[in-house]
Amino acid sequence: MSGVFGEAADWLGSSAHWHGDGGIPHRLAQHVAYTGLTVAIAGAIAIPLGLWIGHTGRLRGLAIAFTGALRALPTLGLLTLVVLWRGIGLTPPITALVVLAIPPLLAGAYAGLESVDRQTIDAARGVGMNEWQVLGRVEIPLAMPVILGGVRNAVLQVVATATIAAYIGLGGLGRYLIDGVAVRDYPQTLAGAVVVVVLALFLDGIFALFQRFSLSPR
Amino acid sequence: MKSIRITSVAVGVALALSLAACGSDPTKADTGNTPSSSDGNVSIVVGSASFGESEILAEIYAGALKAKGIDASTHLDIGQREAYIGALQDGTINLFPEYSGNLLTYFDPKATATSPDAVVAALKTALPDELEVLTPSAAEDKDSYNVTSELASKYGLKTIADLKNVPDLSLAGNPELQTRVYGVPGLKSVYGLGDIKFTAISDSGGPATLKALTSGQVDVADIYSTTPSITQSHLVTLEDPKNLVAAQQVIPLLRKDADSPTLEQVLNAVSAKLTTQSLLDLNAEFNGPDKPKASDVAAEWLQQNGFA
Repeated sequence: MSGVFGEAADWLGSSAHWHGDGGIPHRLAQHVAYTGLTVAIAGAIAIPLGLWIGHTGRLRGLAIAFTGALRALPTLGLLTLVVLWRGIGLTPPITALVVLAIPPLLAGAYAGLESVDRQTIDAARGVGMNEWQVLGRVEIPLAMPVILGGVRNAVLQVVATATIAAYIGLGGLGRYLIDGVAVRDYPQTLAGAVVVVVLALFLDGIFALFQRFSLSPR
Repeated sequence: MKSIRITSVAVGVALALSLAACGSDPTKADTGNTPSSSDGNVSIVVGSASFGESEILAEIYAGALKAKGIDASTHLDIGQREAYIGALQDGTINLFPEYSGNLLTYFDPKATATSPDAVVAALKTALPDELEVLTPSAAEDKDSYNVTSELASKYGLKTIADLKNVPDLSLAGNPELQTRVYGVPGLKSVYGLGDIKFTAISDSGGPATLKALTSGQVDVADIYSTTPSITQSHLVTLEDPKNLVAAQQVIPLLRKDADSPTLEQVLNAVSAKLTTQSLLDLNAEFNGPDKPKASDVAAEWLQQNGFA
């Protein structure tokens, strides 16, 4: 086994793997771009919806059931399904990843609002705030750590799963995994996996800092 | 009462046998248990790998042998080549429907033969002493380059070489196609094709590859030659006159101590009837909506071809 790890370390150390279209920086940039696009689209859908559910308390049961069902969808199966509908390209992997990212974002948003003390909200209404002000000035700031927790969760899942884009010929770090397995170049596969892990830990660290700052009183 | 007792004894024996079967590891050497019947002829156990086509072929071999009075049974789903070659070598099974090219590279990883005859000739020298192959069939299950019938008629495509007529040629297939000799490098060096835009789709010519081809996103796709979608989507499989893709003829692999004139006669007759089209039809039926058993698909083929 040490042989494979050593070869993977050599692979990562080789300067040939650090430039060009197949190099690590380019693949990393593609991977981050897929992740960013996915979380942006999923956030635009899930966070307003989650805030509305959390603020009004409506459709909460439905949201739980719906996100539970979404979580159960196998991402690779969904990818193939969208390919059969739209053909290959950016749409299938982004669609599959958005579906993966919606449940944690939605749950973060409505659970965050629910975690806000009802008395605080009543007090806000008592001093004459309208519903938008209650939401924007009281609920969202107080719920921010939980909302960010949902974003952090979604980013982690998407970073780890964006490797599937390579399944239908796109780039990203998944290329190293899928091409490595295809030609039994396991050091390349392992090196690719290590880069994905490092990226995931790095992004998780950033979110951990964000969450800590959003917790501190202003 | 007596019949109940006999039944329970029979059930007990069957249970013991099946438990014994569970305990035996096909990859382990278990010498000296080659099953023999009383008339001197070895009883035949046909093995198969764990995919439909291999199972159907094993059932076809066994069914054809049984029809000629040879005691034959099947031992299906043995898994990968390492496992079933081991089972052949230790005598757990003694006959197997193999593919010539892959079998050759298993015993000789450096083999370069690609034409059907050269592969079989090389195979005969590469096989270990206790194994032999019989006459191959024309049926092949291998990587093949496919285009839609529209593209074929638009550019007059018949062989792989004709792809030079297609502007901005694009190809889809498994990622290894980009580096393997039979893939992009060979298309350029053997058939003289120019730039090829390659898209790696990792489903081995499955639904995503098919969709990319039929929707016109790529011009050519590598799909295994016996995949039912070739017929269902009216694809044109391009001829490969220069044998870029190594031959993968269906060929009976057996232990020499299981061979007999009758057995050779039966298997040669089966091989003579098997074509790539028959494999396509068998696979299409096996994967059809009513999901028949491999043995039923095989029995129907045997009936239609006069082996029953």
